[in-house]
Amino acid sequence: MKRLIKLDFWFWVKIGVVATLVLFLIYPFSSLIYRSFFSAKTGQLSLANYFRFFEKPYYYRTLFRSLFVSGTATVTTVVIGVPMAYLMTRYNVLGKKIMHILIIMSLMSPPFIGAYSWIMLFGRAGVVTKFFAGLGITLPTIYGKLGIIMVFTFKLFPYVYLYTSGAMSSIDRSLEEAAENLGSNKIRRLLTISLPVVMPSIAAGAVMVFMTSLADFGTPMLMGEGYTVLPVLVYNEYMSEMGGNANLASALSVIIVVCSMSVLLVQKYFVSKKNYVMTAMRPPVEEQVHGLKRFFITLPVLLVVGMGIIPQAVVLITSFIKTDFTGFIGGFSLGSYETIAKRLGTNIRNTYVFSIIAIVIIVLLGILISYIVVRQRGKAGAILDLLIMFPYVIPGAVLGISLIVAFNKPPLLLTGTAAIMVVAFVVRKLPYTVRSGSAFLQQMDQSIEEASINLGVSPMKTFFTVTARLMAPGIMSGAILSWITCINELSSSVMLYGGKTSTIAVAIYTEIVRNSYGTAAALASILTVTTAVSLLIFLKISKGKVSVV
Amino acid sequence: MSSNVIIKNAVKKYGDFKAVNHIDLDINQGEFFTLLGPSGCGKTTLLRMIAGFNSIDEGQIFFGDILLNNVDAHKRDIGMVFQNYAIFPHLTVEENVAYGLKAKKVPKEQIRIRVQEALEQVQIEKLRTRKPSELSGGQQQRVALARAFVIEPQILLMDEPLSNLDAKLRVQMRTVIKKLQRRLGITTIYVTHDQEEALAISDRIAVMKDGQIMQIDSPEKIYKKPQNTFIAGFIGVSNFIECDIMKADKNYDISISKDYSVNMPLNKNYTGKGIISARPEQLSFSEEGIPGRIVLSTFLGDFVEYEVLLNTGQTVRLNEYTKDESQVKPDEKEVHVTLDTNRISVYDSEKEEVIS
Repeated sequence: MKRLIKLDFWFWVKIGVVATLVLFLIYPFSSLIYRSFFSAKTGQLSLANYFRFFEKPYYYRTLFRSLFVSGTATVTTVVIGVPMAYLMTRYNVLGKKIMHILIIMSLMSPPFIGAYSWIMLFGRAGVVTKFFAGLGITLPTIYGKLGIIMVFTFKLFPYVYLYTSGAMSSIDRSLEEAAENLGSNKIRRLLTISLPVVMPSIAAGAVMVFMTSLADFGTPMLMGEGYTVLPVLVYNEYMSEMGGNANLASALSVIIVVCSMSVLLVQKYFVSKKNYVMTAMRPPVEEQVHGLKRFFITLPVLLVVGMGIIPQAVVLITSFIKTDFTGFIGGFSLGSYETIAKRLGTNIRNTYVFSIIAIVIIVLLGILISYIVVRQRGKAGAILDLLIMFPYVIPGAVLGISLIVAFNKPPLLLTGTAAIMVVAFVVRKLPYTVRSGSAFLQQMDQSIEEASINLGVSPMKTFFTVTARLMAPGIMSGAILSWITCINELSSSVMLYGGKTSTIAVAIYTEIVRNSYGTAAALASILTVTTAVSLLIFLKISKGKVSVV
Repeated sequence: MSSNVIIKNAVKKYGDFKAVNHIDLDINQGEFFTLLGPSGCGKTTLLRMIAGFNSIDEGQIFFGDILLNNVDAHKRDIGMVFQNYAIFPHLTVEENVAYGLKAKKVPKEQIRIRVQEALEQVQIEKLRTRKPSELSGGQQQRVALARAFVIEPQILLMDEPLSNLDAKLRVQMRTVIKKLQRRLGITTIYVTHDQEEALAISDRIAVMKDGQIMQIDSPEKIYKKPQNTFIAGFIGVSNFIECDIMKADKNYDISISKDYSVNMPLNKNYTGKGIISARPEQLSFSEEGIPGRIVLSTFLGDFVEYEVLLNTGQTVRLNEYTKDESQVKPDEKEVHVTLDTNRISVYDSEKEEVIS
């Protein structure tokens, strides 16, 4: 009488979805780990790659550097992000809404245009450098760790800001009123109540900063010069013209993943111990200040937002400046755009075509996975919930290498094809859609689906006509975030692209390397504008219900 | 045509825990039947087994002579009203009510007429084009009702449908539901933890505890003759008074204190420790009886509620109706309390089962 396994629609969906993720996520990553334990010379199972890494300073120094820049960036983003969140949630900062959108913009911008723009301004031939040189002042060099940390700081502080301000606006007013009533002054209240309560959120933001900066490839590649960090080493080892060492690159990849995973686990461990879940019945009031005071409260916000948004502005402006083979020569023109239209049309088409295909797949998988994770629970749900966290800790370059290692021979020969680019997009960007979809589904009462089944509509039809319909805003919002990050994806693409499958992001990178700054700026402008438009649509659809982080 | 429901030896397990523990029920056609019990007693679990949302781990459930165990939830032909209404937020009132009829492929013209009739039955025909977000709690409740009965199901299930409404609306909707059920003559199974609601609305009540049924009876019988001390305490207000039971000729002497005992018949042979359950209105003041002192008197309009400290050390509640006794007795007054031996229930101390 008891049916152990129901061979229904969801049974097959679970099998299909888990199989897909195993094939394109678990299998490649296990291949990578497997590979890392093989010696390149002897072809034997060995720890040679790891020994080599920890023996030679050239190698192990990159780990220290990576940890140093990521650690420092984590501290600086907290120092900037937390006060920003406080000011923005508690005071009537001038132009608050626009500031908020600009902050999200700077987070969502292509990761390496920050590097590009800071080089344009403070690099050897930078506008600001030249200006001060004219005054006889030599600025400290932007290349190396200083520049990397600076770019990370102003690009990634939004993580801390968004997590913290989210938490700060959900502290019930009564909490601080109680403290005030018990005789605490404003500063004491902030230090003893508000900050400790939002601490888990600050930590979550900080961990995102750490993981993102540890995984980032574009920024240190462009600004590091001699200062090689781990992801750049992975790339160099793999791409080296002397015949790259995939085994060593694999070992390096495993080391990065172990680092980011341990940070994530430590954070999860502490958050699970200290989680103050709150729903503010009465959210905190925004203090209304006027005149000079309002100006002085807006000023720091404006400065930080300005620093965050400068790259986009620089990119847009420089894209319209006349160039020749020596660089920018002044005066406005559409020359750079004409060049890319002629030479790089394929890249532009590829970016949009690959991203659109990826998004269609992401939406389909996202709906199904969110549903299984939230509603079906059970084993498949738990497995998927875990799998979906994976892409967060695997840097793009590492995923790129994994896919190459796994799919470089028949029967699944995918290297160099458009398919492998799309696979990388889907695997890396799927979590955004799943997270936003499941958040939406969690708020939706299950009895709505039961009501439909009860009225005679089969569970499968109910899923498509009621559940999917009601999840649509959550899925759409998540899909736009997936889309934005797809078109801006560099770190996995730079590993995977072939002659015909290059994208805008890859082209920007190669153009900068070739000192072709004008075309790079024009390409980056296309991405920036697309990002901005998509983000505005996102804000419109999500109505503040879906967080970008 | 509505159907009777037979439940045989039903079990629902969560691991080793039996949320529904071997339940038998026989619900008549057209009956308003209530599952009543504290939270966690298994009443909603049982309801969801009938609806098809929980599997039936052991036993059988029948509608008439049709075995339901392996019938999918969407093919069971049951109307259900959910605790939070579960109105489809993306559909209008009209579309919500028409949803089940469309699923049954009823012709369009028929749907229009039946939806109109259903909306009239629950008096929300004016709200037909509204979206659920524009409705009050009570209006949403009416939509949920109309949507459930418009498909003319075999039976109607209701899972604490009134618990999200305010007190006044709850009483009002209670009447709406009861009248509607009478008019449609549809077999209804209703789940609630509110004993007053259950008494008011039901033809019969099954009182549940720990996955088992304690008593099935009409509201009146459940109130007047609770089968065990749990039910006596759960339904209405009861004073539990310890006593010693001794055989005395044909009857039994039931002594409550040194000074006071009553003589009454019992249904079972029993001597030893016992428990009396007496409702506040089954106690009264008299010249003799258990001596005590009034601790607090509360005037409540149609009756006065007294808290009396007996000389046995126990405090009891006693109600005196203002139509019988116009004088409110002051606090601290020395009194004597007697029991109405025709009405009180006596339980054995061991099993806490009724013996009177």
